[in-house]
Amino acid sequence: MADSGPDTRADVGAPAAATEEGAAVSVAPLAIETREFNLWYGTFQALFDVDLKIKSGIITSMIGPSGCGKSTFLRSCNRINERLGYVRTTGTIDIMGHDVLADDVELLQVRKQIGMVFQRPNPLPLSIRDNVLFGHRIHHAGEKVSKSDEGEIVEKALRDVLLWDEVKDDLGGPATGLPLEAQQKLCIARLLPVKPAILLMDEPCSALDPKGTEAVEELIWELRGDYTILIVTHNMAQARRASDECVFMLLGKVIEHGLTEDVFLSPEDPQTSDYIEGRYG
Amino acid sequence: MFETTALNTRSRRIEGLVRILFLMMAVMLILPVLIILGMLIARGGPVLSWAFLTTPPTNGMTAGGILFPLVGTVWLVTVALIASVPVGVAAAIYLSEYAPDNWLTRVINLAIINLAGVPSIVHALFGVGAFVLFFRFGTSILAASLTLAVMTLPVVIVATRESLRSVPRAFREACWNMGATRWQTIRKVVLPNAISGILTGVILEVSRTAGETAPIMFTGAAFFLPFLPQGVLDQTMAMSMHLFVISTAVPGVPEELPYGVALVLISMVLVMNALSVGFRMYLRGKKKW
Repeated sequence: MADSGPDTRADVGAPAAATEEGAAVSVAPLAIETREFNLWYGTFQALFDVDLKIKSGIITSMIGPSGCGKSTFLRSCNRINERLGYVRTTGTIDIMGHDVLADDVELLQVRKQIGMVFQRPNPLPLSIRDNVLFGHRIHHAGEKVSKSDEGEIVEKALRDVLLWDEVKDDLGGPATGLPLEAQQKLCIARLLPVKPAILLMDEPCSALDPKGTEAVEELIWELRGDYTILIVTHNMAQARRASDECVFMLLGKVIEHGLTEDVFLSPEDPQTSDYIEGRYG
Repeated sequence: MFETTALNTRSRRIEGLVRILFLMMAVMLILPVLIILGMLIARGGPVLSWAFLTTPPTNGMTAGGILFPLVGTVWLVTVALIASVPVGVAAAIYLSEYAPDNWLTRVINLAIINLAGVPSIVHALFGVGAFVLFFRFGTSILAASLTLAVMTLPVVIVATRESLRSVPRAFREACWNMGATRWQTIRKVVLPNAISGILTGVILEVSRTAGETAPIMFTGAAFFLPFLPQGVLDQTMAMSMHLFVISTAVPGVPEELPYGVALVLISMVLVMNALSVGFRMYLRGKKKW
């Protein structure tokens, strides 16, 4: 799988340029910044003093063995973890410079700014069109939106996720009837009309076959620059070929965070190299 | 290595016996249904006619048809539904979609289970106390229907709650993570997908309501009335009550007449149940996941 990395990356365009751009935007403001963020599920501590600075407009991948806290971190950013009820946190999470853990934060706005994509594609049991418009309608409830405006929104979102040509003749068809890969693209498309700043992706390709994975990775590269993307993955090759920066986590702690190339080629911490070379995980 | 041992043979023989025993028990379930239906059709069938359904009872209920009780039952069921469905569905939505796991929720759930277990005659007495006397509705369709509504509320709540729970959680997650509120999620995604189960519950409630006698006996169903009810504050005749009366309290009723009434009553219930099954199958076929 690791061998296919560079090839695929060439397919999806500009591997070298991507890395350079990644370096270029590194001075841009931070999309996500956490300081000494700790999280407990009941008495179990899942995150330890996480200090992360996720830069705007690039793709950051998070890798690490199962249970290392990657998904927990992701789900803390848009505050969906706390729905569980027995979650306790200390420290801060700033999104686009604003503390999202503050008392006066409107969760509905947080979720609008931060789109989330799940492991299993979860399109709503509605038509393709209604799926794309769902978030937009929620956030423009009570306003009159003309049919043609809605049509434009749908076309733009579906074009952005490279799905338009495949579904343009069947926008009224059920979204759950699409192939898995198209479903996952649709799940990304429905986030776009409300113009989120950040897209969190929790192993977005793990339910897809290799071809679907490639297609979704290609899409993630397309979205790069317009959105800050934080992607959790178990797939080392994917992290390597489809991200600018990479975070390696182990047992709830951030072990290493740097340019993806550096993390993979010259890791600073021996635990990182052990994991990357497959000695555990 | 793979030869049959004596123990294997014995095990297999017991397996066969147990299987046949259980099969017989299951088949025996069909018997009462067949016998009841068979008897009703054989003895009540000849009574049935269009005139039987469309004329009121005459000659001190020893002749004529069942128009008044039939219309009365429709009244009772309709008013009971109007009262119980909104309450039941709303309560179920709260319990399934909003309620945190705390003492209040547990008390409510306990109340529902107990409500379902209360004998219908106790509901009847409650109805007399609460609706007939306290709220001063008198013996009326309103009092009887509200009593029926209280009695069948658990049916609606449980059916609705189960069908809400059968909507995959992933749909809700998807909505919440786009910034939808709970109510937006419920209205746009959860309810449209749970509606078949809810309607099934409602139809089952109808069949239950139509057949009950005890709760309406003291609250609104009359022994005999020579006219149709004009509003919810009138008393009315009802199918179940009529059957009870002509079977036990009226001299000189032809033997076939109660069978005919029973056949119509059970047909109403069976048609309702069949409708609910058919409807569920239709909607399940349309389901998109």
